[in-house]
Amino acid sequence: MFGNLSRNDWVLFLGFSAVVLLAPILFQPIGAAYPAILQKFCIFGLFAIGFNILFGLTGYLSFGHAAFLGVGSYAAVWSFKLFTMNVIPAMIMSVAFAGIFAFVIGFVSLRRSGIYFSILTLAFAQMSYNMAYSVLTPLTNGETGLQLSLKDPRIIDAMFITPGAGLPRSNIFGIEVSGGGMPGFYFTAVMLIIGFYLSMRIFRSPFGLMLKAIKSNQNRMRYTGFNTRPYLMAAFVISGLYAGLAGSLMASVDPLAGAERMQWTASGEVVLMTILGGVGTLVGPVIGAAVIKYFENIFSAFNENALNNIFSFIPDAVREPIVKLLSLFVGEGWSLTLGLVFMAIVIFLPGGIMEGVRLLTSLFKKGGNGNKPAVSGHTQPAE
Amino acid sequence: MTASNKSNIVLDVSGVNKSFGGLRALTNVNLQVEEGKVHAIIGPNGAGKSTLLNVCIGRIRPDNGHVVFNGETLDSHQPHEINQLGVSRVFQTPEIFADLNLLENVMIPAFAKRDGAFTFNAIRAVSAEKELREEAEEILHDVGLYERRTHLAGSLSRGDKRRLELGMCLIQKPKLLLLDEPTAGMARHDTNMTIELLKRIKARGMTKVIIEHDMHVVFSLADKISVLAQGTVIAEGLPEEVRGNPRVKEAYLGEAH
Repeated sequence: MFGNLSRNDWVLFLGFSAVVLLAPILFQPIGAAYPAILQKFCIFGLFAIGFNILFGLTGYLSFGHAAFLGVGSYAAVWSFKLFTMNVIPAMIMSVAFAGIFAFVIGFVSLRRSGIYFSILTLAFAQMSYNMAYSVLTPLTNGETGLQLSLKDPRIIDAMFITPGAGLPRSNIFGIEVSGGGMPGFYFTAVMLIIGFYLSMRIFRSPFGLMLKAIKSNQNRMRYTGFNTRPYLMAAFVISGLYAGLAGSLMASVDPLAGAERMQWTASGEVVLMTILGGVGTLVGPVIGAAVIKYFENIFSAFNENALNNIFSFIPDAVREPIVKLLSLFVGEGWSLTLGLVFMAIVIFLPGGIMEGVRLLTSLFKKGGNGNKPAVSGHTQPAE
Repeated sequence: MTASNKSNIVLDVSGVNKSFGGLRALTNVNLQVEEGKVHAIIGPNGAGKSTLLNVCIGRIRPDNGHVVFNGETLDSHQPHEINQLGVSRVFQTPEIFADLNLLENVMIPAFAKRDGAFTFNAIRAVSAEKELREEAEEILHDVGLYERRTHLAGSLSRGDKRRLELGMCLIQKPKLLLLDEPTAGMARHDTNMTIELLKRIKARGMTKVIIEHDMHVVFSLADKISVLAQGTVIAEGLPEEVRGNPRVKEAYLGEAH
């Protein structure tokens, strides 16, 4: 089970795990070493890893993956309400429901490819979003969002524990996950590392190779004797499972679920993360997720007052227009900055951050002579 | 089953018609390909040669008529099912995996041959498939691309892409190999190399249908020739018979005007 990975892959895996587990120390200098933001890195990283298995390997661009994230969140909160605050059953329920959802949506959407596939997935996600606000209100609690309450049955917990005064916290066999502590971060970190390992295995397996081949030339695959539909279905469902797991982690660290998690902007965000980091690379999507969540955190914290303070050394007459202009890009306007950065990446660095890293390393290695023939597969460098 | 009385016929095309809108591409085409033989289809441009191959691999459904392969009627088969029965094809414009390296390009068809149309094999690594890898390396030697096995297929010249595609078909050891102008766009040296390669495979007893414009290639390989013009077979026979046939000369000369 643990064999068959090349030495490069092991180095990559161990390096990745080390960075993730040491994040509370490593990210201290950039001010991102507190659990709330680190948890976000891990959860969205996991979401993007799963999305990349579909988009990166097969080239099928889904605009509806937030639906699975939302389904996972609701399933987890229901598990907390009905059964137990332990996160393991919640994760199992989330993954199962997201898997069923992904199977149904994939079954219909994968009848088409290209832009039609994207639009079908988008339509399904918007449909789920609107249903969560309307007919499914008994399940989703509509605009208020699904929350824990003292009246919840929690039948398994009730058998063993006498409930305390306040709302219970989610836990993994007694260790608290919600509540914003470090254990919550380590829990999401371990899930991210497991998710990364599985995705690495898929990338290096014959199954992964077939997905890459479908992306490269689906016609050739058909005339080579492959039934491509089940391959695409499997990739779609696997990425749905990842999204469901990410949704359950979201609910685990903060036990509530709202329909806005299923909105198209959330689906679009994971596309941005994957492209920004590097489509089809192993660590790119995680880096993209962390970068976006980090800068979102920084930029949205700024407001006009903060900008005025920063530029207080400039005379008022000059400062005011500068602050007015810059304030468009911070706070609520953070998405404007993100949009500009995204455009720049797609135009100048289509391979995302990972391509930038590769270009830089090849510059350093060969002293500016980076024109060696492109190679892939077995001789691929650790990325 | 149906072909038990003529068991050495591998591919039996009978009464195939195909129209695209008002254009009749194939009119009552009959073609019998014997096992182990090289059957060439020649004819002027637009004669329906490629359409005929497309019908054989399930890319195009005939309006009526049947294609029988090894006793199995291919009326409702999907392309991948036809391939799994043992039919591989080299296309007129090379269909390869441009973003993958040559070794992967050749290993993928080998997976299809070994594991069937769908297998969820996400446990083993590709690098652990030593047997398939060696097989693929051998094929790359045969088509003369071994030294470039780690290059991306998209970086090859057109002629090399054709040879790669031929290798991708050969590794499946198909019962029937369909070649659509396998030497078009190749330099004379490469053409000769491909002819040599095809002769070597011929010795292994693989049945082939080959479409070709280059008469040098046709007459050095073919056991039997069918001449297609305006969607119908106008002549059929051994190479020397076809060479002297007046209708064939007319069809080719007519094209020049």
